[in-house]
Amino acid sequence: MNGKGGLVQLTAKDFKSDQEVRWCPGCGDYAILNAVQGFMPELGIPREKIVFVSGIGCAARFPYYMETYGMHSIHGRAPAIATGLATARPDLSVWVIGGDGDMLSIGGNHLIHALRRNVNLNILLLNNRIYGLTKGQYSPTSERGKVTKSTPMGSIDQPFNPLSVAIGAEATFVARAIDTDKKELTEVLRAAVAHRGASFVEIFQNCNIYNDGAFDFVREQKENRIYLKAGEPIVFGERGVRQAEDGSAEVVAASEGGLLVHDPSHVEPSVAFALSRLTYETVGATPFGVFRSVERPVYDEGVAEQIRISREKRGEGDLQALLYSGDTWEIS
Amino acid sequence: MSSKPVERLDRVIIRFAGDSGDGMQLTGDRFTSETALMGNDLATFPDYPAEIRAPAGSLPGVSGFQVHFADHDIFTPGDQPNVLVAMNPAALKANLKDIPKGGTLIVNTDAFNDRNLQKAGYESNPLTDHSLDGFHVHEVALTSMTIEALKEVEGITSREAERSKNFFALGLMLWLYHRPTEGTLAFIEQKFGKSPAIAEANTRAFRAGYNYGETSEDFAVSYEIAPAQLAPGRYRQITGNVALSYGLVAASKLANLPLFLGAYPITPASSILEELSRYKNFGVTTLQAEDEIAACGAALGASFGGALGVTTSAGPGIVLKAEMVGLAVMLELPLVIVDVQRAGPSTGMPTKPEQTDLLLALYGRNGESPVPVVAASSPSQCFHAAIEAVRIALKYRTPVYLLSDAALANGSEPWLIPKVEDLPVISTTFATGPNDGDVFHPYKRDPETLARPWAIPGTPGLEHRIGGLEKADVTGGISYDPDNHDHMVRLRAQKIANIAADIPELEIDDPDGEARVLVLGWGSTYGPIGAAVRRVRAEGHKVASAHLHHLSPFPRNTGEVVRRYDRVLIPEMNTGQLLQLIRAEFLVDAVGYNRVRGLPFRSAELAEAIVALVGS
Repeated sequence: MNGKGGLVQLTAKDFKSDQEVRWCPGCGDYAILNAVQGFMPELGIPREKIVFVSGIGCAARFPYYMETYGMHSIHGRAPAIATGLATARPDLSVWVIGGDGDMLSIGGNHLIHALRRNVNLNILLLNNRIYGLTKGQYSPTSERGKVTKSTPMGSIDQPFNPLSVAIGAEATFVARAIDTDKKELTEVLRAAVAHRGASFVEIFQNCNIYNDGAFDFVREQKENRIYLKAGEPIVFGERGVRQAEDGSAEVVAASEGGLLVHDPSHVEPSVAFALSRLTYETVGATPFGVFRSVERPVYDEGVAEQIRISREKRGEGDLQALLYSGDTWEIS
Repeated sequence: MSSKPVERLDRVIIRFAGDSGDGMQLTGDRFTSETALMGNDLATFPDYPAEIRAPAGSLPGVSGFQVHFADHDIFTPGDQPNVLVAMNPAALKANLKDIPKGGTLIVNTDAFNDRNLQKAGYESNPLTDHSLDGFHVHEVALTSMTIEALKEVEGITSREAERSKNFFALGLMLWLYHRPTEGTLAFIEQKFGKSPAIAEANTRAFRAGYNYGETSEDFAVSYEIAPAQLAPGRYRQITGNVALSYGLVAASKLANLPLFLGAYPITPASSILEELSRYKNFGVTTLQAEDEIAACGAALGASFGGALGVTTSAGPGIVLKAEMVGLAVMLELPLVIVDVQRAGPSTGMPTKPEQTDLLLALYGRNGESPVPVVAASSPSQCFHAAIEAVRIALKYRTPVYLLSDAALANGSEPWLIPKVEDLPVISTTFATGPNDGDVFHPYKRDPETLARPWAIPGTPGLEHRIGGLEKADVTGGISYDPDNHDHMVRLRAQKIANIAADIPELEIDDPDGEARVLVLGWGSTYGPIGAAVRRVRAEGHKVASAHLHHLSPFPRNTGEVVRRYDRVLIPEMNTGQLLQLIRAEFLVDAVGYNRVRGLPFRSAELAEAIVALVGS
């Protein structure tokens, strides 16, 4: 809306701040920023109602480039700060942006608790499987054996699978996209915003300086992308996904039949979890789209509900009555 | 009423002590409530172990509650109890050293068996080995008389019957000191009404204890303590944590901002979270976060959104919040961080008070990040301290530390309940439009307060980005300019320093204006210092005292005050933190009186230290 009361259709340009974008040339973050800015107008939400909160890292520069309200906070803490903001201000559209180190290492605890509480947040995890801003140490999503500046003989820890973590943390909305596929990314963002509660989106993002080609198996070899579509059997090219007897998901020739029909609204998270285990490391292919989208009470609604009930039962708080409560006595 | 002789006393200190499962805190609480209703001035100090149920009968498991009540105004829970109620040998052993010779001991003889004596480390029974000859000992078979009194109550186990013995003790003590009983009977009904058998058992045990006092020849006299002459008005008894909670609710009302508390359970601060969670009808949101960092972060996020963000904790949690407080310094948003100090370092002694976080609050962050510090001085003063911390945070858009401690948190005193209309006005405004022509500069300051505009999301046209990176003056853009950084560091410091003009001057208590020695305190030493100064003056010495409620910045006349006296004594429950600040800032050769025993000072020891200085 403008001051004259007429509708003004915002464009992507309206969401670009005056700050010069300072990611490395060729960084996957550019494509994600473009997709987000391009998608914002269709939200129909005024800019002043949108807040981007980030932690620290390359991805965390994001808020500076958005002409909305924003906070570039502390390494790992964005989900915690955003939890307070979204709870105090249910009228806002609050976005949390961070990388794999930010959200799964130093801030892992805040991420899982924001998900389980189902705080009304859109959480975008830009996963490049490396620490970029600190110049190339391995991250909690780096594959085992990763040789980096801090792991000259290869990393020895098992990486996190971000979607498995999110599903395990009781997330109500879990999806994945890739930086170079603007159409699919936009569709996932659209679904994430439509979901009230915590929406978790992992975005494969290529760091062309410190971890170039990390996602080539799907970025370049598009035949390895498994697009999940609700209500449809999971097929990609000649291959498909079937549920094995032990409950896990397996890739088979599509012609074998008996393929899994995707149902992101299934309350029980086991199948979504099984799908999250299909990775480059396990089957050389991986799914994109919405893995899981279920309804559960949203945190701020619970808070507002308790305030409402309390006021209904006890009336609006009367400060003088509160101070006079309990055993009192008069001295004259 | 009693037909026995009645003696009049001007003040009494009683300590209830037993196993941590014996219900001593509840017994003390009830005795205190009845005493408050009698119109005595009073002060209490609960002293309990961190373990919820340490091994029964052991020394570490002893829980105590001390209450001091008088017919005149008093400052502290008292140094040395006149009366010790000891429910078992461990309680006697742990507390006897604090009882002066000639004091009264009321002991539960049933608990003095070989096993309990051994657990308490007694080689012989103190009730028979004459080691208590200097005391007035009342041997009371508390447990067996309680069980006997309850034998007709149906539906309780013998274990449950035994657990009513604290009500027997309470009844006896209320008789002994002429306290009313109606409040306790109503309390039992309310608290245990859901289990009628337990309520019945406690009521019977309570009456049996009261009647035992009346009829037993062991108690030849009872005591009366006349009401104190207190200022007229309506009173209630209040603990520091409740007063602090009320202060936060009041400040939220006064500022017309919803209170948002982010907290993580920690001793001795948890009861603030619990208390505030009950006031949802005041629009209060309490978020029990996943950790201390998130608790502070959520509060700051809520502040960014226009709420009154508060986080509460104790030392081990406060250190975790440091980075978030630093961010709040950079963002220049209001935030109140409550530190209910406890003995450290590390986990330290969780239930014991100390004043050891002053320098942490002042300096415990990276970079130069000045934060105002307010300290509460008594349980009821926590109310006003909370309002003051909020006032400064909102007006100057800054994080503010509010320091309390374990002694204030759980200690209680009568409180002259303020009228809401007498509370200070807290006004705060959000930015509504551009502040430089058509442009909005998020770091363009109010020339008087140096506070930046608080532009909350949802305000059209004021979209802006803030963060932990250094800001360019005025515009708030990211800046690595060396001169800008130097300027901003000084500007942030100036903003906080200027608050000195907006807080009361340091008041001096020096009745005839002839003192050459000043006792300067802060925090919960207020009570012990006040009592010590009174004692020293009664001995004919001249001494002045002053108490700081603002530790950063100091009241504007602090330097002038400390330079006015020949000697300045600074008693602290640390090894000299305020002392260091006063010496460094004002170049005054102040001396400290420092003990870190996890206990409030005794006024007697402070009086001794003062006299030593006055006489030197």
